[in-house]
This record gives sequence, structure tokens and C-alpha cells, in this order.
Amino acid sequence: MPLLEVKGLTRRFGGLIAVNDFNIELGEREMVALIGPNGAGKTTVFNLVSGFYQPSEGAITINGKDTRSMRPHQVTSLGVARTFQGIRLWGEMTVLDNIRVSQHYRAGYSLLDCFLRTKKYMLREAEIERVAWELLEAMELKDCALELPRNLSYGLQRRVEIARAMSLKPSLLLLDEPAAGLNSADVEGLIKLVRWIHDTFPVTIWMIEHQMKVVMSLCTRIKVVDFGATIADGSPSEIQANPAVIKAYLGDDTI
Amino acid sequence: MQKHTFTISLFVGIFALTVLAQFGVINQYLQSVIMLMGVNIILSTSLNLVNGYMGEFSCGHGGFMCVGAYVSSVITVLCFSKNQILGAPLLPPSLALLAFPIALFAGAAVAAVAGLVVAIPSFKTRGDYLAIITLAANYIVISAIDNMEIIGGPRGFMGMNATVNGMKGLLDIPWMLLWVLFGTVFSVWLLRRFVTSTLGKGVPAIAQDEIAAEIMSVDTNRMKLIAFMLSSGIAGLAGGLFAHILGYVNPHSFDIMKSTEVMVMVYLGGMGSLSGATLSAVLFTVLLEVLRPLEIWKWVVIPLLLILLMQFRPEGIMGNKELSDLFPKLKKFYSFK
Amino acid sequence: MNALQFGSFYALIALGYTLVYGVLRLINFAHGDIFMVGAYIAYFVAVLLLGGEGMSGLGLSPGLTLAITVPATMILTSLVGVALERTMYRPLRRKGADRLYVVITALMAGLMLENGNLALLGASRKSFPELLQKVIWTFGSVSVTNLKVIVIVAALLVFVLLEFIVTKTKIGMAMRGISYDKFAIPLMGIPLDTIIVFTFILGSSMAGLAGILFAMSYPILEPYMGALIGWKAFIAAVVGGIGDIRGAIVGGFLLGFIEIGVVAVFPSTLRDLFAFSVLLGILWLKPTGLFGVAKTTKI
Repeated sequence: MPLLEVKGLTRRFGGLIAVNDFNIELGEREMVALIGPNGAGKTTVFNLVSGFYQPSEGAITINGKDTRSMRPHQVTSLGVARTFQGIRLWGEMTVLDNIRVSQHYRAGYSLLDCFLRTKKYMLREAEIERVAWELLEAMELKDCALELPRNLSYGLQRRVEIARAMSLKPSLLLLDEPAAGLNSADVEGLIKLVRWIHDTFPVTIWMIEHQMKVVMSLCTRIKVVDFGATIADGSPSEIQANPAVIKAYLGDDTI
Repeated sequence: MQKHTFTISLFVGIFALTVLAQFGVINQYLQSVIMLMGVNIILSTSLNLVNGYMGEFSCGHGGFMCVGAYVSSVITVLCFSKNQILGAPLLPPSLALLAFPIALFAGAAVAAVAGLVVAIPSFKTRGDYLAIITLAANYIVISAIDNMEIIGGPRGFMGMNATVNGMKGLLDIPWMLLWVLFGTVFSVWLLRRFVTSTLGKGVPAIAQDEIAAEIMSVDTNRMKLIAFMLSSGIAGLAGGLFAHILGYVNPHSFDIMKSTEVMVMVYLGGMGSLSGATLSAVLFTVLLEVLRPLEIWKWVVIPLLLILLMQFRPEGIMGNKELSDLFPKLKKFYSFK
Repeated sequence: MNALQFGSFYALIALGYTLVYGVLRLINFAHGDIFMVGAYIAYFVAVLLLGGEGMSGLGLSPGLTLAITVPATMILTSLVGVALERTMYRPLRRKGADRLYVVITALMAGLMLENGNLALLGASRKSFPELLQKVIWTFGSVSVTNLKVIVIVAALLVFVLLEFIVTKTKIGMAMRGISYDKFAIPLMGIPLDTIIVFTFILGSSMAGLAGILFAMSYPILEPYMGALIGWKAFIAAVVGGIGDIRGAIVGGFLLGFIEIGVVAVFPSTLRDLFAFSVLLGILWLKPTGLFGVAKTTKI
């Protein structure tokens, strides 16, 4: 059974077809890229998979569970985490709190537990705190744990956002243009980080990315979309040689 | 030891105040100011959960206070005093001490349920539109009570003193002062425990980025439900205390003006700060008393002060900081759990 | 007919809320009190011109007084609105303060107007002089006073005028532009502050007009009259879909009809309860109002 199975996914906004008959299957521990020109419907696919939009047609199953009619936080607790194109951290909360709040579904205690500080509450809070610190330590963010995200550099904010997604202990991680707006040194750091995550955790990574350097050095499979429809699917070398892709996306420049 | 210093000093403080009041060191007037202060602290901290932490603009807090005041008053009057419509007292006055907290709690619970009127639409809408819903809710509560002749309608409702006298019959100490102080500590304690937990931190997450919150596994609808119900429930508690301090309630003491007053306290103190809300409630109560000789001009001066505050320090006295953030040394002396 | 008349008042005030909201995304909570100030200004102008109430006045005829009072009140009321904008909202806007702080400032400004008036003029009610000879027209079984017709016609005229200004004129387009992007507008060479002041003039003069008409229909003035009607008109504006001129008109008349309808069937004390419950129900079902468009969020 594949981790993620998307069948005939279609999403219309009024008369506009943003995603048209999109299909994909992702297995465990894959690293896949979704590329295509701007406005091709890539982010819409991510929004559909993470439950933010409901599909007009088609089905999404995660670990065999149909996610239609689920709310985003329910989809998330099935093991789907994501980052956003523009960074969406909670700017007025410390980095540590950002990573604590994202473990909300794991808190699992009632309001009464919270008021009475029961044993259950104490155990769960300690666990959340431990996971947060471990992650911060592992992702070299320990020094800025008590800073507010808006005071951090753009590159660090990206890193915090990925850490926040990882604190959900996902089996599928969606990265929406993780390298956008980063300088070349930060891009190197990002590639290293994503590779490290993939090596360390049992996670499938699916990314939207425009920087071919990132895609080519990380992904084993690439899917190309344009105008909401899939135009190619294959290994990096196949994609590079595919004439339809070159025409639609890469233009005349070869990589 | 340091873990308990704060709690101990708090209870010593309550005890000391009660003793001082008992032996007449604090006169009736000061006592009533202190009680009003307590009620205002409860109101401003509870509204801060919605308007500060959650970043909504609820302007109907007075309505929930009204629900709590009436429900608890009706219960105590039903139990302990002779009322033309509600009949003879159901319980002997000696049970007043036991029944009073239950009545307060019932008032708070009904107010929390009334909070649903606002909480459910908040799933779909935010900001300006939700503000109107809270406003309409306030009007609905007031005019509903206006139309209930059985509890006095627009003339108000009284007879709560019998309960207080019942408690005095057991032991002659300033009971209401004690209840208000306990109620204040209880409310702030409850809110404090909520907002410092991981569960409670979902509330400011909704304020700062609701979409991110939902996608990062925060059940935003549940959080909104909790925040609105907790906030209105505690306002109901404040209402119950308020009604029994005065011994008389009138629906129009809980109208938009009251809600505006509470909002003033929240924004004066700083959004998202419990110590700020407490501080500003104290300050506001004192200000009202100090400016009393100005009579109606008081209500020109206070808005003017707030306007100036918005121009020069819009984040309020404390911003979103707590006292212990500003003075880290304080942490040495207590830890507030 | 009463419903139409009341609806007209609500609609006129709701228009002021909607105009300012449409341009600045600001709920001008002081607007109800501007309406109240408008009624008082009308009172003073009328008394000054007409004489009476212990003042000698100029002793003009009622008809001439009315002709002068209407424009004078509208101008003076809009000055009040502009003064609020200049002294309170603009400095905050310049500082780039959060919208919330402006809203609170507006709320406080309303309180100041209300209580300042109370403090200056006392709680005693003023009775507005009669400026218009009452004429009753009868159409079949319906009889109306000339005043009611004037009120309704005024509301409709104002609606048509505003609709024209906002959709057809250059300044109206600039107004709509500001609500989309406050930062791009100055770059297009459009003076932001001028447009905003113009909006406040429009909105406040509508409130002033409503003030005169209200004072003529119900000639008892008191400082708190603005608060309740103002809040109600505001709710009407939101139910119609705030920021939308048609919405304000529809919401205003809707509220008028509900109120009068309730009073016809139930005791009048239930009026507010029903009116607000219906409005709450509408907002539950259609959270952005009847004409409002839900803002789509993008990620």
C-alpha cells in the first residue's frame, strides 16, 4: 500500500481549472519533486493534499485513509506536515513555543487536566518539551530557541519552519519552494538539511522547487505539471531529456 | 520553598485584608472599591483571552456578565429569600455558605453556554463581522431580560442580600470581600494555567496565523470554543459576584457601556498579558474613584486618556509581556504555576 | 410607511459606516455620535435663525430657516467628522498603527462626543422647533405625512448620488482603489489624504442630514440618542455587507421593516430582541452579510 495515493484529483475555482486529473503514488522514504511554471497548480495540489482545500473530484488517500471531508488538522495527525511558500511562523511566539504548539495533536489531555496539572498533563507536556528541544538541538537551532522568529534571518526562519513541520513526526513532508529567497550559501545548507532529514527520519519528502540545483541534487523522481495537467513523470535524467518539458518549462536553456 | 512563596503571600494577603476589614481598619467604602477592583480584574483578564490572546474583537462581554449575574441571583433568591413571584425561601439560611458558590458556578456555567452564540459563528467568520455578532449578542441578552417580567424586567432584580446575611448569620465576617478575593485569584489562576499550557498556546497561534495553526495540527474550532466559553464563563462568575456585592441588578448595568469599560481595561493593560490586564483593572478602578468629583466629565477624560495612549503607546502598559518578563529578578522570589 | 421612514434613517447612517469602512477598512464607531452631533447642530442653527427657546434669534421664517439649516448642518457635521479624522485617525495611520488601535480610538472618540455633550449641555432634553407645516396626504387607504415622504426620498436620492460618485467619478474610483491597496494609490499620483477627507465629508454630511430629518420627525434630542441608533445602523450595514453601498441601503430598510413588523404583532418591548435575533441569524447563515464577498485566503 502506498503512503500517499492521489487519483483523478481535480480542483476548479469558478471556471478556472487549477488542477486537472492529477495522479501520483508515493511510497515510503521517497524524495520527489513537483515542478512546473508559475500558476501551474502546484501549490493547489499541496493545499488539496494537506486538506486546506476540498477536491472538486478525485480522491486522496493517506496510509489507506480517505482524507476527503477531513479538516486540515485531522489530515496532519495522519502524518502529513508541510511548509509554506511564504514563511508562516507564529511571529510573536518564541521558536520553542512554535515547535511546542505544532505538537498540539499529541497533547491529548483535556482542559480539566490542564487546569489541575494532573499527572497526565505533566507527562505529556514534558514529552512535548523534550521532543522540541531534541529537534532544536539536532537542527542546530538551539541558540535561537527563545528568540522571536521575526527577529531571525530569512534562512534561519526557513530552518525553523522545517523544524516545526518535523515536530509533527510526519511520514510525508511537503516542502513548498523551500529554497525561494535563499542565497547560495543558504541553499547549500538547505540541501544538506533536507538530505539529513531524509537519512535520519522515516519520511517521504515531496517538494515544489524552482531551483534545479536543489531538485537535481536531492530528488530521485520528478513530476512536471503545466496548466493543471501532468506533462511528464520520471527520473531526473528522463525529465531533462523530455522535449515536452523543455518546451513548457525549461525553455531553450539546458541545465 | 520559592515555588510556594507566591501562593503563600497571596493567601496571607487575602487573610490580612479580611481581618483588616473585620476590625474596621478598612471602611465600607474602601471595601467596596476593593471588591469592584476584584470584579474588574476578573472581567479584564477573561476578555483578554479573546481580545488579546486570540486577537478577536469581542464587544459584548457585558452580556455574558449579565447572564451570570441573573442566573446566580435567581438561584440564591429562590433558595434564601422571600420573593413575591418566586415564593418563600426553599432552604434554611444556614445553608447559604454552601449554596452560594454553587449558585456562582451555575451562573458561570450558563454564561459559558451563552458563549456558544458567539463561538459557533467564529468558526466561519472573524474580525469585524464577529465583532458585530458579539455586539448583537449583548443587545439580545439585555433585551431578553428586559422582557422577563418574572425577574423584574427593566426594573431590575433584588433580594440577594438575604444570602449574604445568611452567611453572616453563621459567622460575622466580611463574606463578600472574601468571596471576591477568592473568585479573583481563582479566575486568574485558571486563565494563567490555560494560557501557559501547550493546549492554551494554540489560542495566540490562531491570532497570529490561523491557517498555519490549523495545518500544524491545532484544532482551531475546538480552541475557539474553549476560548469563548472560558472567557464568557468567567465573565459570568464576575457577574454573579457583582450582583451579590450590590444586592441588586438591572439589565442596563450590563449594556454596551459596560462592555466598552472592560475593553478599555484590556487595551489599557496590553493585549495578551494577564498581569497587564490585572494591573490596568486596578488602575482603572482607582482612576474611576479618583475622578469621581468630575462627575460626567470623567467619561470625557477617560476616553481622552485612552486615545492618547493609542497615539503614544498603542501596545498598552505591558504590551504582551508579563511582569516576570520585564523584571526577571522577580522570578527569584516566586514561581507562578 | 413607518418602516420605510425608520429604514431611511438607518440606511442614511449605515451609509456613513459603509463609506468609511469601504475606503479605510475602519469601523468608525464614532459615527452614531456624529449623527447625534448633527441633530444638535441642526437644533442650534434652527433656534439661532428662528428664535425661541430663550434666544432672540434672527426671527427668520420657518421655511427659510429650513433652507439654511439643511446645508449648514451638513457642512458643520462634516467638519466634525473631518476634525476626528485629522486629529485622531490620521496620526495613527501615519505611524502605520494596527487597525485595531484606530478602532479603539474611534470608540473612545464616540464616548467623548456623547459625554462631552452631556457635560456641556446637561441631561435635559432639547425639543426641536417645528420647521415644516405638517401636511397629510392620502393615497387610497394609506395616509402619509409630507415629512415621511421627504425622509424616504432623501434616503433614496442619497443612495443614487453615492452610487454614482463611487462607480462613475474619478474620486469614487480612487476611493475603491484605496480599499484594495493603500500603498499603491499614492504611487499612482492620487493624494491619499484628500480622498480620505472627502470620504469623511460624505459620510458625516449624510449623518448630519439624518440628524436633521430625525430631529424633525422626533423633535426630542438627548445626548445618548446617537448610540443606540448608531449601533443599530452599524449592524444594518454589516448585515447588508459592510463596504457595499447597496448593502447599507438594503440592511437599513430591512432593519426598519423588522422593527416595525415586530411592533405590529408583539409588545413593543420585544422590538430589539427580535430585530437583533434576526440579524444574528442572518450573520450566522451568511457571515459576510447579504452583499459581502468572502475574502479568499491564499497560501
